[in-house]
Amino acid sequence: MAVFFILILYHSLPLFRCNIGMKRNFGDRQYIIIIIFALTGLIFLVRLFWLQVIDDRYILSAESNVLQKNIIYPNRGLIYDRNGILMVYDEAAYDLMVVPGQVKEIDTAAFCSLLNITDSVFRVKMNKARKYSWYKPSLFLAQIGKEEFGFIEEKMYKYPGFFVQSRSLRKYPLPVAAHTLGYIGEVNNSDIEKDNYYRSGDYIGKSGLEKFYEKQLRGRKGLEVVMVDVHNREQGSYRGGRYDSVPVPGKSLYLSIDATLQAYGELLMQNKIGSIVAIEPKTGEVLCFVTSPTYDPNLLVGRIRGSNYKSLTEDSLKPLLNRAIMGNYPPGSTFKMVNALVGLQEGVLHEYTSYSCYGPASSPIRCTHDHISPLELQEAIEQSCNPYFWNVYRSMISNPTYGSTKEAYKVWRNHVMSLGFGAKFSTDIPFELSGNIPSAEYYDKVYYEGHWNALTIRSLAIGQGEILVTPLQLANLAVVIANKGYYYPPHLVESLGTKNNYIEAYNTRINSTIDSSHFNVVQEAMLEVFEGDHGTARWSKLPGVKICGKTGTVQNPHGEDHSMFIAFAPKENPKIAMSVIVENSGYGSTWAAPIASLMIEKYLNDTISRPMIENRILNGNLITKE
Amino acid sequence: MRERKSILQNLDWTTILLYFLLVIIGWINIHAAVYSEAHSSLFDFSHNSGKQLIWIGTSILIAAVILIIDAKFFSAFAYPIYILIIMLLMGVLIGGKEIAGSKSWFQIGSFSLQPAEFAKFATALALARFLSKIDINFRDWSTRILAAFIIFIPAGLILLQHDTGSALVFSALVLVLFREGLSGKLLWLGLFVAFLFIIALLFNKFIIIGVLAAIAVLAIVLNKYFRKRWLIITGIFLLASGYVYSVDYAFENILEDHQRKRINVLLGIETDIHGAGYNVHQSKIAIGSGGITGKGFLNGTQTKFNFVPEQSTDFIFCTIGEEWGFIGSLVLILLFIGLLTRIVFIAERQRSKFSRIYGYGVASIIFFHFAVNIGMTIGLFPVIGIPLPFISYGGSSLWGFTILLFIFLKQDSVRLELL
Ligand SMILES: [Zn+2]
Repeated sequence: MAVFFILILYHSLPLFRCNIGMKRNFGDRQYIIIIIFALTGLIFLVRLFWLQVIDDRYILSAESNVLQKNIIYPNRGLIYDRNGILMVYDEAAYDLMVVPGQVKEIDTAAFCSLLNITDSVFRVKMNKARKYSWYKPSLFLAQIGKEEFGFIEEKMYKYPGFFVQSRSLRKYPLPVAAHTLGYIGEVNNSDIEKDNYYRSGDYIGKSGLEKFYEKQLRGRKGLEVVMVDVHNREQGSYRGGRYDSVPVPGKSLYLSIDATLQAYGELLMQNKIGSIVAIEPKTGEVLCFVTSPTYDPNLLVGRIRGSNYKSLTEDSLKPLLNRAIMGNYPPGSTFKMVNALVGLQEGVLHEYTSYSCYGPASSPIRCTHDHISPLELQEAIEQSCNPYFWNVYRSMISNPTYGSTKEAYKVWRNHVMSLGFGAKFSTDIPFELSGNIPSAEYYDKVYYEGHWNALTIRSLAIGQGEILVTPLQLANLAVVIANKGYYYPPHLVESLGTKNNYIEAYNTRINSTIDSSHFNVVQEAMLEVFEGDHGTARWSKLPGVKICGKTGTVQNPHGEDHSMFIAFAPKENPKIAMSVIVENSGYGSTWAAPIASLMIEKYLNDTISRPMIENRILNGNLITKE
Repeated sequence: MRERKSILQNLDWTTILLYFLLVIIGWINIHAAVYSEAHSSLFDFSHNSGKQLIWIGTSILIAAVILIIDAKFFSAFAYPIYILIIMLLMGVLIGGKEIAGSKSWFQIGSFSLQPAEFAKFATALALARFLSKIDINFRDWSTRILAAFIIFIPAGLILLQHDTGSALVFSALVLVLFREGLSGKLLWLGLFVAFLFIIALLFNKFIIIGVLAAIAVLAIVLNKYFRKRWLIITGIFLLASGYVYSVDYAFENILEDHQRKRINVLLGIETDIHGAGYNVHQSKIAIGSGGITGKGFLNGTQTKFNFVPEQSTDFIFCTIGEEWGFIGSLVLILLFIGLLTRIVFIAERQRSKFSRIYGYGVASIIFFHFAVNIGMTIGLFPVIGIPLPFISYGGSSLWGFTILLFIFLKQDSVRLELL
């Protein structure tokens, strides 16, 4: 171009015309030549000024060429049980990475069989990697376990362009408490959008405690900025590691769960559908959180996760469902104690108030138990007399002192909810359901205002109807009764990081609206359930330990009734309170009560002195699979 | 003794200073281009920077020998030297060693030599000898044809070695012919031909022929002068059309794939930052990332970590651009322009026509290397593998340029004795 320009210039100047003289020296042409040289230099300088000073794209390109940010993954926090037994730890695992530009001709068939993948999977993964970058590493195969890796590693030298990056996999030495612990999995796009800490391929807690305590467990990733050459070979750290950061390991969780009790609970519940929730009454710490059927948490780890997850979701027994919090049951007879407590608090009931029972002839609610009549409160609880609690309930809801049914109901509902029903505890227990204590407004809507009364909603007297509670809330009811009027919000984690770093928020005592004096008669009645001559759980009593309990039967329109039981022990200075639900097992006394009794024995005495009962439970198979 | 002293006195020390500055800049940057923690010595003879030091030393020896030889030797033996080199070029075609696709090297022990590098000064000598004849006249076709032969024989032989870059260097000697009186119209013609060439690659040949036809018709219709010469205009049009057509044909059928690709990338028809465009792309990144002041000596990353290919030979300018920034690039370009201007200035003060013409040969060859080499690293020219004079790593290249320059300096030192 420069030359072109000069020639135009040259021909436009008559001075330089070449045909002026025959014999010419042409010495003037030296200036044209010098101008050509100078112009070339000038064009270069303009171009260089543009490249080097004005356009800063190249600085960024140079950095992305040469700087490689290696993420150093911290160890995820460990999880211990209340006695320091390790429940979850990290085991080394390996991600197979590929740099497509470095992949040479390889024996694809051998490679695929080594990795146990199909040829088409290989091609899809390679294309994906090539699309991402020819020179930067892409994830080829994630989470190769230790044993598998040893096998693959030996052959890796045959496959240039592939290399292995170490990661970690969750490992569960005791295959228990799968639902409580939860699992981790690769982040999805919405996780990345929500929190820019995550990069594609990172792991995140997907459920359970892994999810709830994700921020504490994950720690902080470290970064190592290294320089790489054109073949992506590391050439040392960038500027002496000035931009590097050390990974911060995740905090450990110390659970309130007693792993031994949890394992025992899962053992007892095998071949049964249901749940056991046990809580330490003095603290609200959840001792065990059994849901059945359950699964081995090791199944949802690493490469096998996908297929296992699929088969678990397809299982008709829904092993992924955490029945201890997601199960919504009508509380049945266990709710009679609630009505008793509310009646006592409101003064419409006294310890010695007596009502008659006409057994199956009773109206509007029949009695299903055979007992003396008339009877007082303690006996009524012990015998689970439906007509008695209908009377208690009616004497409150229909009491004119409240002004209206609706006002009376509101007072009643307020008491019930103060016992922990109808709302979530909102602690670290994920996916918790709130159950249901219907509001007065709800009944207004269903029956129209002023058109409903005690009779309309009589089922509530015996814990049926619209009322729904979770096993966790039932266990909490046992706690409130054990504590005579208060509870701590049930929670799973005692402390974070170190053993004694307690979580303050969970140490707030919540008082119910019921005075502690009203609990004595309820406790005595519950003690009689085990100790009394006619107690429904007398066959399950534990010599030497005063257990208080209450059976419940939840009517199940789809089949055999659900067996329900709440209990706490010992009566004085209680150490454990619990709810047990065994679905489709009939009366509470047959399955739920002995399970509760065995759990209490295991927890308090650490040994089982009644092998007969234990064997009956272990051998019981209540699952009828369609 | 007296005579030798006078040689030193009459030498152009400005040029020699520029020469040494460029050579040292080259040596330092070769060191930087291949530098690594493990090889951190400038004098490590197993490395390019150490080897270059050997080449520099031997170049100084060669320069000294040239300065001692009688100045008349070069004009007297211009043709024999030229013929010897032609024979070497033919020899390398038969017994040469192929390096990187070019069969242009002689292997003597562990030592390889590229005759093409020496063909440049030999051709400049022969051309100077031919054009310095007293009765030379560029109006004679015989002169034009003979001059063209002197230039094209070595260029053709080098082209046969698949060393396109070195062959193209000889086209720079057109500048010498221009200085000696070759009509500007011929250069115009040459440029028109080159312009048509590029246009032919960029656009559809029928469109170009259509546009040419339109121009020709307009010229004949609107201009009296052209109307009288309609036959010539028509002839030019037909020739141009045939040329465009054959360029298109040659490009599609004769050029090799990689050459075609490089031209396409340069013309912006193809963008391929991993293939043919990769080198230029990386080269621009290296230079562009240097900023105003550069990353500092040995702190460049793009060249050191091999993102830029041939970083100590053809792409040595990347290291300078990256580590010394715009300031460094500016200094280097000014040094080159200074040297070229100085050579032209010296050439013009020669009384001997031979010396003057040879001087222009030196200037045009160095200029061509400088323009094409830096032009390609900053993306203004296609990637043509020719070294940056005095800077790039390589014995043959440094020797070749040293001989080229110092023959001229020798001529200059005795300019008052020559006629
Ligand atoms: Zn009854």
